[in-house]
Amino acid sequence: MRLLSTIKVSLRALRRNALRSVLTALGIIIGVAAVIAMVSIGNGAKAQVEASIASLGQNIISVFPGNFTAGGVRGGFGTASTLTVEDALAIRHEIAGVVNLSPEMRDRAQILAHGLNWNTLVVGEDVSYLDIRIWPVAAGAMFSEADVRSAAKVCVIGQTVADQLFQGQDPVGQTLRIRNIPFKVVGLLARKGFNYFGQDQDDAVIIPYTSHLKRLARRPFLNSIVIQAASPDQMARIQQDITDLLLQRRNGREQDFTVRNQLELAQAATATTKTMTVLLGAIAGVSLVVGGIGIMNIMLVSVTERTREIGIRLAVGAHGRDVLLQFLTEAIILSSMGGALGVVLGVGSSQLISRLNHWPVLVSADAILGAVAFSAVIGVFFGFYPARKAAELDPIEALRYE
Amino acid sequence: MPAVVQLDEVHKIYESGEIPVHAVRGVSLTIEPGDFVAVMGASGSGKSTLMNLLGCLDRPTKGRYLLDGTDASSLDRNQLADIRNRKLGFVFQGFNLLARTTALENVELPMLYAKTRVAARTMRARALRCLDLVGLTNRADHFPSQLSGGQQQRVAIARALVNDPQLLLADEPTGNLDSKTSVEIMGVFQQLNAQGITIVMVTHELDIARYSRRNLVMRDGRLVSDTPVAGRLTAAAELQRILEAESAAQLTA
Ligand SMILES: Nc1ncnc2c1ncn2[C@@H]1O[C@H](COP(=O)(O)OP(=O)(O)OP(=O)(O)O)[C@@H](O)[C@H]1O
Ligand SMILES: [Mg+2]
Repeated sequence: MRLLSTIKVSLRALRRNALRSVLTALGIIIGVAAVIAMVSIGNGAKAQVEASIASLGQNIISVFPGNFTAGGVRGGFGTASTLTVEDALAIRHEIAGVVNLSPEMRDRAQILAHGLNWNTLVVGEDVSYLDIRIWPVAAGAMFSEADVRSAAKVCVIGQTVADQLFQGQDPVGQTLRIRNIPFKVVGLLARKGFNYFGQDQDDAVIIPYTSHLKRLARRPFLNSIVIQAASPDQMARIQQDITDLLLQRRNGREQDFTVRNQLELAQAATATTKTMTVLLGAIAGVSLVVGGIGIMNIMLVSVTERTREIGIRLAVGAHGRDVLLQFLTEAIILSSMGGALGVVLGVGSSQLISRLNHWPVLVSADAILGAVAFSAVIGVFFGFYPARKAAELDPIEALRYE
Repeated sequence: MPAVVQLDEVHKIYESGEIPVHAVRGVSLTIEPGDFVAVMGASGSGKSTLMNLLGCLDRPTKGRYLLDGTDASSLDRNQLADIRNRKLGFVFQGFNLLARTTALENVELPMLYAKTRVAARTMRARALRCLDLVGLTNRADHFPSQLSGGQQQRVAIARALVNDPQLLLADEPTGNLDSKTSVEIMGVFQQLNAQGITIVMVTHELDIARYSRRNLVMRDGRLVSDTPVAGRLTAAAELQRILEAESAAQLTA
């Protein structure tokens, strides 16, 4: 039988039981909508993490004190503070392919200005830090090499700190006190937003690392060293060189530092969101399968109800294949119309979720195509058994069926 | 020209129940083109079983069935379906029309499954011609539920005719109809037979059998009598008589 009349007959049969058809497709509608919404939310989260990792800068290698790859119970990442400024300078001078380097100190401190105070992160960095992080200055300028050499009492501040302490006034040129030591604000940073740990990156004061060491730090150790490589293909080599150099500097003592590149950080951070996306998608996928079983159920009912019709068609010359195609078409129409409605519902609810919760939601064409294709496959898969049952009916027995 | 139907010692045994039923027990029969055969017999004597065998809806358990020279007992499911579609027209006892489908579409149905594709317009024209043949042109767009029993039966006949079959099989075509409508149906059959279509029909009524050319009687799955019809009735004349009788009854009432 030609395809067009097959489709016509299928549509007529579905319309005859319109409510039943819609209820049957509802399983698929909800399943597809859920898959799309879940995957969109997962993708949105992933994209956000990726964006914030990209905002860390390019070709970044970090050295942390402590060794969390060695066995045994250790303090871990950042606790054994044995990384020194000399280590950093050695890396800068002896390793080829390092374009920028900044020794890093971090500490939380209470800061004061205009009788207002605020608890924030005080970071000691080198001049090149803003270049590494691709972080422009909104007003004023970054402190200078001379400031670093002289351990000057100068700072650049993030937008959040500016909002809290200066409240709309221009902070550049003003003075704030960190642990009661006056620092002059020489620059205001552009807004950077939250990082993938959910920390406000604008809630920070950046001072020369030398000033941090001399005036604030209790111990002469670095929290980390941030290194920017010239190109991605040099990263592995530089990482190895750093390890070798630092080991050599430790004269046979065991490794008390860890070298990580940005890629590894990114992988760790995206791994969780990926797991989440897969998990949510899988749960939603289960509802698709349940929807498919609903279709199979109704198709079986339909075959039984229409046994006489099948008998008549077979008696006037239909082949089993014609009947099979007939019912398969019906199942596919049911499931793919459900899929199409599910796409509309899924995209709509994704937008709604993103509006209401301010979550980043990324509706991907892949998810839509995948969901629609999958629902059609479900139609074929779950429609096949009832359709074959219909096709294998004996014409006489089907005609005699009451 | 081969015989349209040739049965050699055909048996049909139903094995479905607890005890096998031997419904047809060794029937041999030859039907030449242009014949018009009425099959009679008591209920349960195997008439419908025989018709299903003739109609290639079922296969004989034993014996040989040559339809128009080809051995139907050796064909597979799909080949039988094609034979039903091309060579046979079957009018069922219970009409067996598709519900919620117009008379016209019911008649078009066998053409949908024809091996060589028929254009939609041709399909419609042919279906309308067959409806015209049974006098139902003005009911083409009606659903079976909107038609009387006789009209439904005529739609079923039109459907059986639409692929120009060689053999028209009808199982009790007048079973549920009043005598006037029955005569009308016989009129259609006689007209088709005159055009050269071979007809086999089952009937319980002796006077209906007299419209055919040849009468068979079955008993317990066997053919027990095969006689040519003497004093054959013509539907046109009978219809005329019925109409006269009706108007006479009206005058006296
Ligand atoms: N599918 C079946 N399974 C088992 N037995 C059957 C089946 N169909 C018919 N029979 C039996 O075969 C015998 C012949 O049945 P068939 O229907 O051919 O009779 P019939 O002559 O057409 O009767 P009627 O005049 O009542 O229609 C009956 O005894 C019946 O019970
Ligand atoms: Mg019968």
